[in-house]
Amino acid sequence: VKQLALALALGVLATLPLWVGNGYYVNIASQILVYAIFALGLNVLVGYAGLVSLGHAGLFGIAAYAGALAINSGANPFVAIIAALAATLVAAAVFAVLALRSTGLGFVMITVAIGQIVWGVAYRWISITNGDNGVAIGTRPSPLGFSLSAAPQFYWATLIVFLVAVTAIGIFAASPFGASLRGTRDQPRRMTALGYHIWLIRFLAFLFSGLWSGVAGMLFLYYNQFISPQAVALGASAEALLMVISGGTGTLLGPIVGAALVVIMKDVASAYITRWNFVLGAIFVAIVIFMPEGIVPGSARLARWCLAKLRPQVTEVTSAATPRPRPESGL
Amino acid sequence: MNLWFILAINSIAFGSLLFLLSAGFSLIFGLMRIPNLTHGSLFMLGAYFAVSLISWGLGFWPAAILAGLGVAAFGGLVERLLLRRLPGAELAQVLVTLGLSFMIADVCLLGWGGDPISIATPPELRGVSRIAGFAFPTYRLGVIIIAVVFAAALWGLLDKTRLGAMIRAGVDDPAIARVVGIRVSRLFTIVFSLGAGLAGFAGVIGGPILSVYPGLDQDMLPLALVVVILGGSGSLFGSFVGSFVVGFLYNFGQAMFPELAYVVLFLPMLVILVLRPQGLFGRVAA
Repeated sequence: VKQLALALALGVLATLPLWVGNGYYVNIASQILVYAIFALGLNVLVGYAGLVSLGHAGLFGIAAYAGALAINSGANPFVAIIAALAATLVAAAVFAVLALRSTGLGFVMITVAIGQIVWGVAYRWISITNGDNGVAIGTRPSPLGFSLSAAPQFYWATLIVFLVAVTAIGIFAASPFGASLRGTRDQPRRMTALGYHIWLIRFLAFLFSGLWSGVAGMLFLYYNQFISPQAVALGASAEALLMVISGGTGTLLGPIVGAALVVIMKDVASAYITRWNFVLGAIFVAIVIFMPEGIVPGSARLARWCLAKLRPQVTEVTSAATPRPRPESGL
Repeated sequence: MNLWFILAINSIAFGSLLFLLSAGFSLIFGLMRIPNLTHGSLFMLGAYFAVSLISWGLGFWPAAILAGLGVAAFGGLVERLLLRRLPGAELAQVLVTLGLSFMIADVCLLGWGGDPISIATPPELRGVSRIAGFAFPTYRLGVIIIAVVFAAALWGLLDKTRLGAMIRAGVDDPAIARVVGIRVSRLFTIVFSLGAGLAGFAGVIGGPILSVYPGLDQDMLPLALVVVILGGSGSLFGSFVGSFVVGFLYNFGQAMFPELAYVVLFLPMLVILVLRPQGLFGRVAA
């Protein structure tokens, strides 16, 4: 059933522009995929490493700015991508060295501070970043000769990158390294006692997370052909975190669902509600208080609970004996 | 020479304002172990409350005090109704304050519009004063005096009263404080609403200098964060020193390296975090 669902989902995703037709909705689908990559990258830290970063928009922005500046200085698109990702990795390494001085709330505060520095530089260093006006690139570049200017073409290119990201992060999470990363989240002392170098594991996870944030930043730049400090602000980091937490931390599907939820809310619902930020904040508060493990694990728990309710007579004794599956502390 | 002097006075005045803002932030962080990400919003909320109160014909000072009390009541409600529901889950509490800050920002935008509103300087503090041949804007001197008075009052509260002793005990070791019969959860409410009230009051006092505009919250929050990280959480003296350091860094940074003002501001904080994670005078490690 799982493989069938996967195949079905892939089929729907791959043929989406053909049956949707309307370019506007195809573009929204592209945005969802871009943000899903970003959220998946952030989830590597938040979900698997247990390190909540509120500065990831900084990495996203560094990639986009580096890409925009490279393209504007005449580099060919392929070189620009490499340059942007290299810049992101260097930045992620610096961020990681600073932020991994601590964990928990200390980590949150350092990432907020670093994110604000990046924002401040983007906003104030006008000679390079053009300040609040942002940097625009002339046309959507065509790497390796493919034109990405039409909505469906861009969607397919994004879909390919997205599938690579999902696969890579899925393999990462299932690998022994992913297991040791979860180990550093749950039992840091025991992991140290077992001889694992916790700092190095977290550092590498940070780089991996930063890399995918950079990829998403680059796609964002291609999509909008424009980058401004808005995309680097604390609000952008919080939005990405909301995607991860609302969908469910530490799962592969969660951040994707979260990204879809946030983008759809933002683009579709904001046509009817002008107070988007209020809704965003309210969802945030509600999810943290009522569904702390996120939508995907939350609904899975709900479904199990409903199934158990449907056959109460047979399992009454056993279900009384076995406690309800307790949600893991998702945060 | 004169330019540097004015800059220094502005730095001290701004530092005073930051002290009012960050003293509460520091106490909340020290006691409840959460960086309260609504603190900038409370600052802005206080200023907007005062704008309304003044437009209804109240004087500056009654408006400032009422706005402070209003924000304090709001903070108390937030603590009791939201944060109380997540006991011990610090990270969830931080996320709630973050979500709340978005909501407050949007409500303010709805209620007071998107244009900057400046609060008129109270008439008795207009103009300049001359001390030893130098001209100072009187209002900024007034802000400095207010901050010193509040610092003394807070120090008295924390150091000389029973409540202060209980708060200090809660900061140093909440578990033991509970064991000896201090109701730490009630202290949470008191400290949170005290901190919120101070932030709201600071917003009004800052109004004539900064004016009120959407985004003020996001401008002030990082500054409070830097002050507390520099000075150390839970330490009044730490936030006092930290405020003036940040006041100077911010003003001189703006004047000398306008493009890198934020780097000048945040770099010392990162250095401190790396070398001394509990801050210069901190009681609790971050």
